[in-house]
Amino acid sequence: MSTVALGLDRTLLELKMYSREKEAVFFSFLFPILLLTLFSVIFSGQFEDAAAATGMTAGGYFLPGMLSAGVLLTSFQTMSMSVATERDDGTLKRLRATPMPPVAYFLGKVGLVAVSSVLQVALLLLVARLAFGVAMPTTAQRWTVFAVVFALGVFGGTVLGIGYSSMASSRSIGPVVIGPLLLLQFISGVYIAFDDVPQWLQQFAALFPLKWIAQGMRSVFYPDSLAAAEMAGTWETGRTILVLGAWAVGGLVLCVLTFRWFKRGTT
Amino acid sequence: MGDAITIRGLTKAYDGRRAVDGLDLDIRSGEVFALLGPNGAGKTTTVEILEGFRTADDGDVRVLGVDPRGAGLSWRDRIGIVLQSSGGLDLVTPREALASTARVYSHAREVGEVLAAVGLQEKADTRIVGLSGGQRRRLDVALGIVGHPELLFLDEPTTGFDPQARRDFWELIRELSLEGTTILLTTHYLDEAEALADRVGVIAAGRLLALDTPAALGGRSADEATVAWDEDGIRHSIRTATPTAEVARIAARVGGELPGLTVTRPTLEETYLALISPHLADDGSGVPA
Repeated sequence: MSTVALGLDRTLLELKMYSREKEAVFFSFLFPILLLTLFSVIFSGQFEDAAAATGMTAGGYFLPGMLSAGVLLTSFQTMSMSVATERDDGTLKRLRATPMPPVAYFLGKVGLVAVSSVLQVALLLLVARLAFGVAMPTTAQRWTVFAVVFALGVFGGTVLGIGYSSMASSRSIGPVVIGPLLLLQFISGVYIAFDDVPQWLQQFAALFPLKWIAQGMRSVFYPDSLAAAEMAGTWETGRTILVLGAWAVGGLVLCVLTFRWFKRGTT
Repeated sequence: MGDAITIRGLTKAYDGRRAVDGLDLDIRSGEVFALLGPNGAGKTTTVEILEGFRTADDGDVRVLGVDPRGAGLSWRDRIGIVLQSSGGLDLVTPREALASTARVYSHAREVGEVLAAVGLQEKADTRIVGLSGGQRRRLDVALGIVGHPELLFLDEPTTGFDPQARRDFWELIRELSLEGTTILLTTHYLDEAEALADRVGVIAAGRLLALDTPAALGGRSADEATVAWDEDGIRHSIRTATPTAEVARIAARVGGELPGLTVTRPTLEETYLALISPHLADDGSGVPA
């Protein structure tokens, strides 16, 4: 079989395993959808005036953040945790013992993340539109930005996650991933409005891709009048794509350079 | 037939301690070869170098004519490795795991055939998390043979098996061997080596101590036998190079049945323990098994 066909086969196997892992499905796949529902219900009262004046509902307000969290969870969190586990439990060694081209393994991972994150985003948009009446973008230009930010975010998260998996063993990878990610989500404008974050923290958050994913998503779903609340006072679409592109390329290089098939201390 | 594996002067050290120390060994095509040795003897290091998972410090190694260091996927296509444990498959079924593994080989066996060979047909569609330890081990073996390898590495394959499962497993290994598969087995069980292996190599401290058929290892077949019997309520025993004549002589003297008569030669285990005992004394940390 060709490498691409084997990559497809790996993708199907990965999807089977992922969908059968209830914790993964809940904490990475459904979590942003649950949070969007929760925030929309809890904060609907506070958004009554804004909704009457500008059409901004709680659901619409939180949607970009939840989309960004979803990208991060299905790519970075899923990858870093699953690859660390597979390195420790011998899965990688077993695969390395076969004539499977290594690229097929990575294609399987990319396929898993692509399918699960596209499904997640579709569900998020459906819930936002149907349950909370969030207006969808109407211009092709906005949808293009959406697609590019999403694709770069997911790809970058995948390769960075695979690279990050080498930071810890399967025993410690949970806290090592979830702790920093939670902090990053709070300072990147996912759960709380980015303009409420102190400026020095904003500057720090801007070093990481999540802030840019969230900003890109806001530029797609928020009215242009809200661009003034951003750090630069504009959506910075070009810079967003550049920064995310740089992270994706850097992540790929890092992933290729640091990837190990075996546990530490076994070669 | 030629040699499936040739090892010359293999050396590998960890932190200055030589785990493998100038090992020379040939394994013939089509034979079942058992590598024995106490923990820390260098078995695992040697096997992992042969499998291409570790790199040697020095020496020349050829596995199916190829240096495993940097050997390509076409080489991997010809070998099968049964690892000590294969985790990470809890959420799929044996059939799914085998089908996915079979696809990467160019001459894979039928998945159904392999499931039958290891006796997992009834569990074929049960998630692997629900398999017993012995069933998981059989799945490990199935994953190692599904690619129809010319050379199979078996690392302590029957650890945790019940006696019936071990017998069934031995039968499977004999069938693979009859088909012409070369098998390199490491084991702690001397009876397993005796039942399966055409030849046995004993290593300790990274060197080959003995190399022979199980029956002849360490001069077993030439050794004196021990004849023992009960007479007047006392256990008698004598060591002799001619046990048949000795039994006849005693029987003639006693004039009838000899109660409790046994004629024994050293077991493989006794021979093995005698071989490795000097090397265990070196550091006192080795555990014979």
